Amino acid sequence: MEENRQREYDVIIIGGGATGVGTARDCALRGLRVLLLERFDYASGATGRNHGLLHSGARYAVTDRESAAECIRENMILRKIARHCVEPTDGLFITLPEDDLNYQATFVKACREAGIDAEIIDPQLARRMEPSVNPDIIGAVKVPDGAVDPFRLTMANALDARAHGARILTYHEVLDLIREQGRVIGVRVLDRQTGERHEYYAPVTVNAGGIWGHGIARMAGITINMFPAKGSLLIFGHRVNHIVLNRCRKPANADILVPGDTISLIGTTSSHVNFDEVDDMRVTPDEVDLLLTEGCKLAPSLASTRILRAYAGVRPLVASDDDPSGRNISRGIVLLDHETRDGVPGLITITGGKLMTYRLMAEWATDLVCRKLGVEKRCETRELPLPGSRDAGPQASGARTRKSAIQRHGEQASHIASANSGDNSLVCECEDVSVGEVNYALEELNVTDLVDLRRRTRVGMGTCQGELCACRAAGLLARAHHCAREAKRDLATFLNERWKGVYPVAWGDTLRENEFTQWIYAGVCDMHLTEEETL
Amino acid sequence: MDLQEQNISENNFEQCIKCTVCTVYCPVVPINPAYPGPKQAGPDGERLRLKTGYFFDEALKYCLNCKRCEVACPSNVRIGDIIQLARIRYGKSRPKLRDRLLANTDFVGSLATTFAPITNATLGLAPVKAVMDGVLKIDRRRTFPSYAGQTFEQWFRRHEASRQDRYAGHVSFFHGCYINYNYPDLGKDLVHVMNALGYGVHLLDREKCCGVALIANGMSDQARRQARINMESIRRSVKELDRPVIAASSTCTFTMRDEYPHVLGVDNADVRDRIDLATRFIYKLVDSGAVRLCFRDDVSLRVAYHIPCHMERLGWGFYSISLLRMIPSLQLTVLPSQCCGIAGTYGFKKENYATSQGIGAPLFEAIEKAGVEYVVTDCETCKWQIEMSTSRKVQHPISVLARMLDLERTAELNNAKR
Repeated sequence: MEENRQREYDVIIIGGGATGVGTARDCALRGLRVLLLERFDYASGATGRNHGLLHSGARYAVTDRESAAECIRENMILRKIARHCVEPTDGLFITLPEDDLNYQATFVKACREAGIDAEIIDPQLARRMEPSVNPDIIGAVKVPDGAVDPFRLTMANALDARAHGARILTYHEVLDLIREQGRVIGVRVLDRQTGERHEYYAPVTVNAGGIWGHGIARMAGITINMFPAKGSLLIFGHRVNHIVLNRCRKPANADILVPGDTISLIGTTSSHVNFDEVDDMRVTPDEVDLLLTEGCKLAPSLASTRILRAYAGVRPLVASDDDPSGRNISRGIVLLDHETRDGVPGLITITGGKLMTYRLMAEWATDLVCRKLGVEKRCETRELPLPGSRDAGPQASGARTRKSAIQRHGEQASHIASANSGDNSLVCECEDVSVGEVNYALEELNVTDLVDLRRRTRVGMGTCQGELCACRAAGLLARAHHCAREAKRDLATFLNERWKGVYPVAWGDTLRENEFTQWIYAGVCDMHLTEEETL
Repeated sequence: MDLQEQNISENNFEQCIKCTVCTVYCPVVPINPAYPGPKQAGPDGERLRLKTGYFFDEALKYCLNCKRCEVACPSNVRIGDIIQLARIRYGKSRPKLRDRLLANTDFVGSLATTFAPITNATLGLAPVKAVMDGVLKIDRRRTFPSYAGQTFEQWFRRHEASRQDRYAGHVSFFHGCYINYNYPDLGKDLVHVMNALGYGVHLLDREKCCGVALIANGMSDQARRQARINMESIRRSVKELDRPVIAASSTCTFTMRDEYPHVLGVDNADVRDRIDLATRFIYKLVDSGAVRLCFRDDVSLRVAYHIPCHMERLGWGFYSISLLRMIPSLQLTVLPSQCCGIAGTYGFKKENYATSQGIGAPLFEAIEKAGVEYVVTDCETCKWQIEMSTSRKVQHPISVLARMLDLERTAELNNAKR
């Protein structure tokens, strides 16, 4: 294979989350030859399994000043460089009768010290601004929270990294670090699609594997004292709120309700899990109960709103004490130079932090890589807009591109075919994804399967959870990959993946709809799953 | 988990399971490709619009508001209401002069009736039609209903009002704009039939146009004002005078019963059950044995019944059909249930003419093939459309009843001598 010939790079980055991809972009912008390796798909770990909250930092203002300050700085940067991934919704920190209203003053003071514009507003006004809010509130503070789409953000970074010469290999799992005289000089990699094994070399390897980075470090005999903290969330069927709702008290469970794209998200829980569980997170009935009970305190209408699915992610917290929940561990960035820390040159780890601070994490990691390589080039990611956020997009030209595609891809939507009714016909009706958009994703956005396609376009993320779109998308995938058999297997996997998320909340209309889906695929399409394919 | 035990969302669209049967039953979808169909325009679109009004699609104006989507929906999603509400909430295009003229049926009607001979002659002239077509965008091929010289109300007050108290039972009659300005004869038929059944007929204290055309043309505020006036009169009739309210028009009935609370937010829960359609009211009286009918044996008739869309939505086609079936010398064909295409003022608009006639085409063909003397239906706009598009005249079931009943003997049977 022609493109597989290059074996040597300036830097190898392990992990296709926001941090890894962001680091790849930063390194590429600074002229380095970059290889990024991701075991599955972009944003398939914690990056894609959180609130999608564009933190103002207010949540951490009282408990973790440093993180709070980082958050607000990055918040302001992302609003500019990642416009098409961000929705500046604002946030309210509400005080309920059961909360201590005195905390509000402490909170606002801490926010202002961290540089966060926090404004106490009249509860009456808060109820008008956000009609879904619990009408019993006795206090409200407005902060510059927002929503950020982690998939879009990661993809935009990947597009720009590739445009600057970075090579990104998804579905490539690092099996081992190649070491020479104690120094890490490269990686041994399994191509999960072909089963081939390859070796790649670089003077510096960046471990940006999130919670899986613990295992990567282990390969070099290094222990990072990580604390895998599971966080579960529920997705509601439509937008319940238009402003992020938080509780004005010390961070606790299920106290953030975020309007994310077409839906609203309540989360999170926080509980310790073992490393052997992190690959298969399941949401328990207790967690669902907790999320609902607490969520209804923020917005009572959640009690009667359809829940689409539940999911959980694992935060890559770096433990510093014996906090059993992980709530009190700093969300600050952890950059480890294993040369100085463990006497293992050639390897650095970037972890901790959060989605919000991915760019800063990438900047820190890249700065360290550059120092090690003797490259002197300034970081530009603070100013350079990401692809999609560069100009007004095709909207102005009066093109027939669907409004939703412009919202999802910014000016990149101009690459989406919309010339005829075929291109414009819908694959996903809930999320308004056209054939043209799916084909664009298949051709340009490095899609291997339907789950990847979902992350690029929102296919299957809507109310029907794949009922109508999955088979259409599978058809387009089969055509693009010239393989119907593979696409059929993929279709089954995709539907199972959807069901896994629905299962914890399978009641009412959600269950009814899934029964209907099952009937369509089993009854009409005659699709039956083998035993190992089912849950 | 008990929190979600009653998870019936206020957002009724959440009950949609995307089965798409609504789109299959939509009469516009196969005719006009610019219309996204009820599923997309309704529940799917609503979810996107809840994110931001940016997703509002002006193509929602192609919805006929026939509510056949709601009839088809197995999940009780009020798809048509969602679409109408979205047009009210997010629509940016303001009603044009034409829309205001078409929608203000009672204001325009009162003017037109005053100058009825002139109006009728003028509206039929080719040059006038050309101007209306060119300037107002009211399609020149459309025939206007003619206006009567005397309104139903004027006639009623002059000839009937004073003698209605003598009957044992009483109803208030919501005549609607069509009977008042265009076709008082139907109102007269209704008074005669009801009198023969032993019921006195009364006008409401104040009656305004039900507002259906205002809703369809984006004038919901005016519609709401009129709805409140009507509800006030209806409440007085039902609660103080114990007079149920009947209407001859299926659309007026449907609007007052369902669109008032669902689309205009005007509550009617306390009296809704007592707003009835004339045919249903009579059918129930006959069926319960409260009144008896005696038919003439010297006339016979072959008719076809067309179920108007809003009649389907009410689920009441049964009553008119069953009432007609009580007439021994009447041969009845029930036409396949489908929209005639006019949808009130929709079909009058130049841009909708082709869609309107395209939707109705199979119905027109069925009517021509049915070999009947008349078509019978409960909706006035269906009547205009069918009369314009086929060779048959259209009658209201009440007029058929008036013609086929032996009114004198019926009155005797019901102890209701005039």
